[in-house]
Amino acid sequence: MKNLILGTAAVALSAGIAFADGHGKTIRMGTEGAYPPYNFINDAGEVDGFERELGDELCKRAELTCEWVKNDWDSIIPNLVSGNYDTIMAGMSITDERDEVIDFTQNYYPPTASAYVGASDGVDVLEGVVAAQTATIQAGYVAESGATLVEFATPEETVAAVRNGEADAVFADKDYLVPLVEESGGELTFVGDEVPLGGGIGLGLRESDTDLKGKFDAAITSMKEDGTLNTMLKKWFGDDTTTY
Amino acid sequence: MFSYCSDPDSLGTFAWFSCYLTTGVHMSFYVAFFKVLLLLAITAPVALGFGFLGAMAARSRIAPLRWLGKIYIAIVRGVPDIAFFLFFVIALDQAVEYLRHKMLCPDWDQPIRQGSDFVVCQAAKMPLGNAPQYLHETYGFFLAVFTFAIVFGAFAANVLYGGMRAVPHAQLETAEAYGMSHRQTFWRVLVPQMWVFALPGLSNLWMVLIKATPLLFLLGIEDIVYWARELGGTKTSKFTSFPHGDWRMWYFLFLLIFYLAFTRVSEIVLERVMQRLTHGQATSGGEAQRKAAA
Repeated sequence: MKNLILGTAAVALSAGIAFADGHGKTIRMGTEGAYPPYNFINDAGEVDGFERELGDELCKRAELTCEWVKNDWDSIIPNLVSGNYDTIMAGMSITDERDEVIDFTQNYYPPTASAYVGASDGVDVLEGVVAAQTATIQAGYVAESGATLVEFATPEETVAAVRNGEADAVFADKDYLVPLVEESGGELTFVGDEVPLGGGIGLGLRESDTDLKGKFDAAITSMKEDGTLNTMLKKWFGDDTTTY
Repeated sequence: MFSYCSDPDSLGTFAWFSCYLTTGVHMSFYVAFFKVLLLLAITAPVALGFGFLGAMAARSRIAPLRWLGKIYIAIVRGVPDIAFFLFFVIALDQAVEYLRHKMLCPDWDQPIRQGSDFVVCQAAKMPLGNAPQYLHETYGFFLAVFTFAIVFGAFAANVLYGGMRAVPHAQLETAEAYGMSHRQTFWRVLVPQMWVFALPGLSNLWMVLIKATPLLFLLGIEDIVYWARELGGTKTSKFTSFPHGDWRMWYFLFLLIFYLAFTRVSEIVLERVMQRLTHGQATSGGEAQRKAAA
């Protein structure tokens, strides 16, 4: 076993030397790629969405070379802290629990409204069965609201649970649910009240990466000041969305 | 892909599907099939090699080597696959980066573990942070091959160990009576005869390995199951030219057919191999073949 690990290390080293002549750090941007309009995979197979466009602009302003990486939501924070990528832009709301493990920049999306969607109007979202994605602020909220929480690994599955009757309602970011409700042909409908949750969406970074945090914070500030962030928000979330 | 695909809404069903099934994401889906096949093609022989070494070690006359072989078999077989895949791969990756960090950045003064962060210098990153994405994926792929090989190697070692012990002892005694050394007996008498006893167990392992490939997704490799889930999910017209409802059932049905066809082909091939290996062996199968020919 030890020999094997050393052998792998030797191979790794020789491979490293061949590529060591490149310079300048590439910032690897981690995202989920399954949460439109924030981030999704387009027809060409590339990461697309509000965060892709925003992230590319932030990198340009901060004069960084960036590359997008997809990662499962469940392991998105562990892989950030172990260094597989350098940032998280995945519609991740700033919460105290997450802030203990990673750092956030200032928010680039104002505190969002979360909403319930059910198959019919008469759903009692405070007592019924409510679906939410694992490890989201919505899941935490449902657990405390008195409803029965069922968790799923992907946003897609939470909506599917309502469609097939496993859950009475799904609780998620309103922006994710709007296009689904619009195109469901009346099958899905918003129920209950909207709930403002979290401290807005920020860009997640390792706590030790203070330089990078400073650069992204400055870039976000400059985009807020010259109004380009508002234009982008309206483009992806409609004219009625909250802006800065 | 085709020239008429620029406006999918106006197309008939057949043309729509011809465009839909040739989008960039679908190409990634098809490539993922080759990834899975490549993984199997590399992992199976490597795992068999690990298994052979493990079995040889486990029946070695040198005590420490024997303990090593037995410990390898016992520990890896006893740990759940998922735990192994989640823990071992991250540990292996960090071990590689740690070693590189110690060698390449001797004057680094900050701690590597800062709270929950694992921080090594840029030159020690594996692959380097500025390496293109395909290198990251290739690196991850080989970590996966290595992990699969260790896990399945332990099972294979146990099967081969049993196969070696199943070879009739009289065969080995006869070899020694002819004056063969231990080494000669092992390679000329024991190894050629053990396969027929090991093959049923090995073919089981192969079937399990085929179906274990979705574990790849745990390692961040976008395998066919990931893509089936991603492509089959509901798509709204705002974000794609090909909106559709929840089609995951159809994609998973396709995967089901793929896996069934693949395991069926494997069964046929393994059956043939078994026929060949049985030929001339001192087993009931070999005896039946001999009588049928006579």
